Amino acid sequence: MLSLNLPNYLLRHLQVMLYSLGQLTRTPVASVMTVLVIGIAIALPAGLYVMLHNIEKVTNQWDDASQISVFLQHTTNDSRGKQLASQLTSWPDIESVDYRSASEALNEFRELSGMDEILDTLPKNPLPPVLLIHPTKSAQQEAIQQLLERLQAMQEVELAELDMAWLQRLRTINETGQRGITIIAVLLSISVLLVIGNTIRLAILSRQTEIKVIKLVGGTNAFVRRPFLYTGFWYGLVGGIIAWLTLLITLLAINGPINKLASLYESQFNLEWLSGQMFISLPLFGLILGVMGAWLAVGRHLNDIEPS
Amino acid sequence: MIRFTDVHKRYTNQYEALSGLSFELDKGEMAFLTGHSGAGKSTLLKLIALIERSSSGQVWVNNQNLTRLPKWKVPYYRRKIGLVFQDHNLLHDRTVFDNVALPLIIAGENHREIGRRVRAALDKVGLLGKERNLPIALSGGEQQRVGIARAVVNRPPVLLADEPTGNLDPELSLEIMHLFEQFNQVGVTVFIATHDHELISRLSYRHIALHQGRLA
Repeated sequence: MLSLNLPNYLLRHLQVMLYSLGQLTRTPVASVMTVLVIGIAIALPAGLYVMLHNIEKVTNQWDDASQISVFLQHTTNDSRGKQLASQLTSWPDIESVDYRSASEALNEFRELSGMDEILDTLPKNPLPPVLLIHPTKSAQQEAIQQLLERLQAMQEVELAELDMAWLQRLRTINETGQRGITIIAVLLSISVLLVIGNTIRLAILSRQTEIKVIKLVGGTNAFVRRPFLYTGFWYGLVGGIIAWLTLLITLLAINGPINKLASLYESQFNLEWLSGQMFISLPLFGLILGVMGAWLAVGRHLNDIEPS
Repeated sequence: MIRFTDVHKRYTNQYEALSGLSFELDKGEMAFLTGHSGAGKSTLLKLIALIERSSSGQVWVNNQNLTRLPKWKVPYYRRKIGLVFQDHNLLHDRTVFDNVALPLIIAGENHREIGRRVRAALDKVGLLGKERNLPIALSGGEQQRVGIARAVVNRPPVLLADEPTGNLDPELSLEIMHLFEQFNQVGVTVFIATHDHELISRLSYRHIALHQGRLA
């Protein structure tokens, strides 16, 4: 009764798999709409994840660049500035010091901002001379904080600022973003489940007679369930591939502007695509959601349809 | 082959479709189940096919106590019962061949065996030339014969028919009955519910008559 002939069994699975794919191509418009909805729903959190991953990469690049910017009084001249710089180099927590005169700072700003004309209209250079201080790598957070206070207390110093402060804020924002994306991903996954579940439910209802007849001639629940599970499988798989394509096209579209932006910041930053990893994970994720959604729908409706 | 002992079937609204029914059908017997509509004929057949379960009493088919059969075993049990319906229950988006092949596909037969057995069944009902047609292209009598071919294709020991000639003219009806006789002659137990007295009076088989859920 239950004798299983393995090649025969696999062959039947293959047949059902192809049969359900064939069923989907019979209603191309409806099928395309369903897989697009699934694709977009998967692409959205995946896209946000890629974005966040890239931001993280950027901030990690700056991890060891925890430098302190010391803005000197406007009245400080170059020789005094250079003297201060060499003096500070001897401090225990300081690795090196760069001195940037007011005019150097102005040139740099001019180059990067492109605001030549506006700068030309200014009566005098608004920028102060700056000491860029790189603390030693071993310096702890507290030591750097103390260093900052000591620098602030110096007579010629207008303002000493830890460049890391904004970086830490960015990291916190990033973390918040990550939580947000997780929530969005969970919600959208649920909606994919519901979309697939609902589509399968309609498919089940439209094939009620067939299901009844199958049950009358001895079809098990597993037999009835199988084509619907494969329908979910195809929806999810194709949806996942569409999600990947959507992501690829989007990244392709923003790659140019991002490279430009990176060059403006003199950064070596390259957009990380994650395309290989996503090419596996998105269709796989879609496929799992598809089968799960189908399973839920079939489980709910299968027992309602009994021959009478 | 089929044994009912004190079988009751009550529906939720206190309506009793069958009350205290006992009878027995031998292996290889052919019998008619008669009675007016509403007498409980369909209910009785549904109990044998396990579409419904009895409220009390016992139903035995092929030495199996149906009252005790767990739900998951029902599909395997049904594979040994051939069912023929008044409205054929064919799938209209599939060819005659695919309709008849359905029980074999479900049972997991291999491809070659399916082709062989479907053709044999269609040959028996005289529809071998129409295997590529859709049911809609066939006459009522031919559709019923497709239904019969599907019922016998996996060679069940029991064949049940519920008003199989209900929609057919007398001549076609007799043809269908002769078909059932042929299956009976090779050892299949055949049980046919009908209210066509004229038809069954021309055939000499046992009648089991129902009246308001009891043996009349």
